[in-house]
Amino acid sequence: MSAGIDLENVCCDFGSFRAVDNANVSIKPGEFFSFLGPSGCGKTTILRMISGFIDPTQGAIKIGGQNVLGQRPNQRPTALIFQNLALFPLMTIWENISFGLEMRGVDKATRRAKAEELLALVDLHNSADKMVSQLSGGQKQRVAIARALAVEPKVMLLDEPLSALDLKLRQHMRAELRAIQKRTGVTFIYITHDQGEALAMSDRVGVMSQGRIQQIADPRDIYNNPVNGFVASFVGENNVFEGTAGAPADGLAGFDTAHGTFRARLAADAVGKPVKLYVRPEHTTLSKTKGKENSVPVSITEVAFEGAFITVHGISDSGKTITAEIRNDGSATVPEVGTKLHAHFDAARASLLPDANVGK
Amino acid sequence: MQDLIRRYRDPVILVLGLLVLGFFKAARGSDGMTLLFIALGMSLVVGLVSFDKGDLLRRYGTGLTWLIILLVTFWLVMLVIVPNITLFEQSFRPYLPVSEVGGPKDTYSVSNYLKVFDGNTDVTMFGQTFEMPVHVMTFGLTIWYSIVVTIMCFVLAYPLAYYMAKVVAPKTLPTLLLLLFVPLWVSEVLRAFAWWIILAFKGPLNALLMAVGLIEDPIRWTNMGYSGVVVGLVYTYVLFMLFPIYNAISSLDTNQIEAADDLGAAWWKIHLRIVMPHAKPGIASGAIMVFMLSAGSLLVPSILGSTTSQWFTQTIDQWFKDALDWNTASAYAFLLLILCTVFVTIAMKVFKVKLSDIAK
Amino acid sequence: MHKLRLTLSHFYMGLFLVYMIAPLVVMSGAAFNDNKLPSIVPWKGWTTKWFSEMIADERMMLAFGNTLWVAAVVALIAVLIGTASAILINSISGRARTVVYGLMISTILIPGVVIGISTMILWTKMGNALGTEFFLFNPGLHLSVLGQVSYIAAMVMLLVLARLQSFDAGLEEAALDLGASHAQVMRRILLPHLYPAIGAGAAVAFFQSIENFNVTQFTRGGADTLTVYVFSKVRSGITPTINALAFLLILVTLVMALAYEMNRRRLAAIEAARESEARRAAELEEAI
Repeated sequence: MSAGIDLENVCCDFGSFRAVDNANVSIKPGEFFSFLGPSGCGKTTILRMISGFIDPTQGAIKIGGQNVLGQRPNQRPTALIFQNLALFPLMTIWENISFGLEMRGVDKATRRAKAEELLALVDLHNSADKMVSQLSGGQKQRVAIARALAVEPKVMLLDEPLSALDLKLRQHMRAELRAIQKRTGVTFIYITHDQGEALAMSDRVGVMSQGRIQQIADPRDIYNNPVNGFVASFVGENNVFEGTAGAPADGLAGFDTAHGTFRARLAADAVGKPVKLYVRPEHTTLSKTKGKENSVPVSITEVAFEGAFITVHGISDSGKTITAEIRNDGSATVPEVGTKLHAHFDAARASLLPDANVGK
Repeated sequence: MQDLIRRYRDPVILVLGLLVLGFFKAARGSDGMTLLFIALGMSLVVGLVSFDKGDLLRRYGTGLTWLIILLVTFWLVMLVIVPNITLFEQSFRPYLPVSEVGGPKDTYSVSNYLKVFDGNTDVTMFGQTFEMPVHVMTFGLTIWYSIVVTIMCFVLAYPLAYYMAKVVAPKTLPTLLLLLFVPLWVSEVLRAFAWWIILAFKGPLNALLMAVGLIEDPIRWTNMGYSGVVVGLVYTYVLFMLFPIYNAISSLDTNQIEAADDLGAAWWKIHLRIVMPHAKPGIASGAIMVFMLSAGSLLVPSILGSTTSQWFTQTIDQWFKDALDWNTASAYAFLLLILCTVFVTIAMKVFKVKLSDIAK
Repeated sequence: MHKLRLTLSHFYMGLFLVYMIAPLVVMSGAAFNDNKLPSIVPWKGWTTKWFSEMIADERMMLAFGNTLWVAAVVALIAVLIGTASAILINSISGRARTVVYGLMISTILIPGVVIGISTMILWTKMGNALGTEFFLFNPGLHLSVLGQVSYIAAMVMLLVLARLQSFDAGLEEAALDLGASHAQVMRRILLPHLYPAIGAGAAVAFFQSIENFNVTQFTRGGADTLTVYVFSKVRSGITPTINALAFLLILVTLVMALAYEMNRRRLAAIEAARESEARRAAELEEAI
């Protein structure tokens, strides 16, 4: 059984420093929710407030509809997976896993059986009697997950658990974690600074910057329809243009820049605010002919082969560097350095976005 | 409340100190003062510690925190602070039979301290003969020979510390340390006694030296002034110099030594300019320990002392045991404590050693 | 390092070890010499009579017994106070920490005579003030215990603190998060990590108490401990029964040191095996 988490106007101050500023979010039961942001954005503080190690200075935190103010960590229905795993070095693996049950007074035989069951669930066999120092990084990860699952928490809290692993293992563990979450149905709250992770694993993502939640949406929305420049830049690459926006018509508005006049999407609540134009490299096409609109003539300066795709950098006559991304599937011709081409994009794929929401 | 205390802490301590002095003056000669001191001392220490309990409470809960504070307070107050305050107070009162304690003759004075200047003796230094109070002479010689012991311990221990930290194979190290610890486990009195046997007139040292042909007649080692005492003290306390220096040198990056060697420095220059400055905190704490322990040693000077040697602690012992004058013994003991502390502080200033370097 | 200097330094190390051990050998040797005075020169013949005389010497056996129980009590109290102090110091910071830590360390530097006399005066004065004859307030070995604890607790504190600093506080949080109470966290997580240091502290406390002289001399009242007994005999006339006792003590120390060393090597080997297993598992992982 899992529970939802509600953060209502939650603030957390350390002296005069505001680490979390008016966080509002409703996480549904059984959801895989990620808090995504750079270091110092407040995501760790939120996690520690939910688990009970820090008290919020303002606002309420509800787990399963109940306000948990005043509950110590050992009283909350949450289980935390620490960044450095915090496995107990002086206990065997099965003792580690069943530790929570031991604290609840469960007898030894039942505990051992449960530990074996969980070891099978996380795909770790024949390790029950080993010591922590005998395991590899990935194996320790799985023990940490099993240990948290053993107490049948309503909410699992994960503090950047994959950051210490190397690339291939990280990708493998991503799929594993998602699978475990689906199998157990427990609410997962995951914090990370790696956008690939957050987008790949989550049902919804909350992007944070400087203590404020910038946007909460499912991964596709976060990527395709970011609400501001910060979110757009954090989850992917962009070509950014500065300029002034005109009045919107049908969701699109004109945008005057030093490099030309463009048209792009303008959200209703961004009208009147200073905005910049964001368009992603994969939506920027290079062709010999000028585009109907949103077109800039460029001279190719660099072509970088990156495996699955090729990044092409060009510089316009007005001095602006524009990046385009071409798939390495032979569909488009790879230009040579020095060629003169036109870089253009679809208005529906570009957005006029304000800067990040940093509060008062 | 915590904020109030935090803000006004320094004035509060000042007031408490004045209260202590005030009661000192007011309740002359009464024995109930001891209990008062206990109450005051207790509040002082509990106050000091209570300023920062936050972390303890969070980590260990209320019950354990108070148990910890109780244990520490009992130790610091009842076994350290109050006894020393009592000693201090007692040293200013005259030695009186039990019936007269608290009566009219029981007044505060420095007469016990002034007894140090009684009883002159002839002293010959640098070819000049003059008179000096016996006890002052004793104290001076105690300090002087303690310095000699400290220097000899340093000369012996430093090369060894360097060897253990940088030269010896790391696998042999734990065994080596163990071997060195064994003499430490054997009681100090037995070690002093061992040297008593060795240095005896008909003892093995003389036998060895005569057999090798270095000397013709046996030497009265233990009757050569302070030599027996110095030899005994060096043997007893050299390990207290070794281990701090060893610790300090082990934290030195060997690459620095190799770099200096590579740049052409001679081996003694490397020690003078690179190893010793880095090891200075270790040398300082070792020197302080050896000095204080030597100056305060009673066993070794008593067993290995000659007819012409007198250690200051022996004088204290005589006041206590022979004259049964605890008050003067207190005064002399306090003198020893204060003067040694002053001496060490001056030495620290001269050699530019900060307290924070040593007490880590 | 230069070849010659290397050999010289090995030689110096060996020489130093001889310097440390030789007096103990001389000491033990005198236990077997058939000479009224403790010495190894002149050697008058091999004998074990001093051992039987030692057992017969009631006063010495009593002193030895006193030494042992005092050491046991001191070890117990010092470990309790020292561990609590280490935990306290580890949790406070700033000026309070410097002051308290300095106060604790200063006890080791205070001359034993000062501790001895001050302890005596304090407790007898308290006895007078309260008007009681309760044993605690009269000179005796219980006061020696209190005086010794005052500085031995600091030594235990240093040992436990060093071990505490290698402790990952995250483990406490993980245990709390999994539902442990504070007492359970202490018992199952913190203390097991500290046991090696606590054990070392108890050993150090025990031996420091056995060899203490200054504090005991002033606080003991009429009772004897080993150090006091030897001290009084050296002055008044001593027989090699002391050497017999010394030899036995040295033997016990050596045996314990040997046992400790063998255990340490065994544990180190186990740990090394575990680490290489972890490394192999990690390599397998990377090959996925």
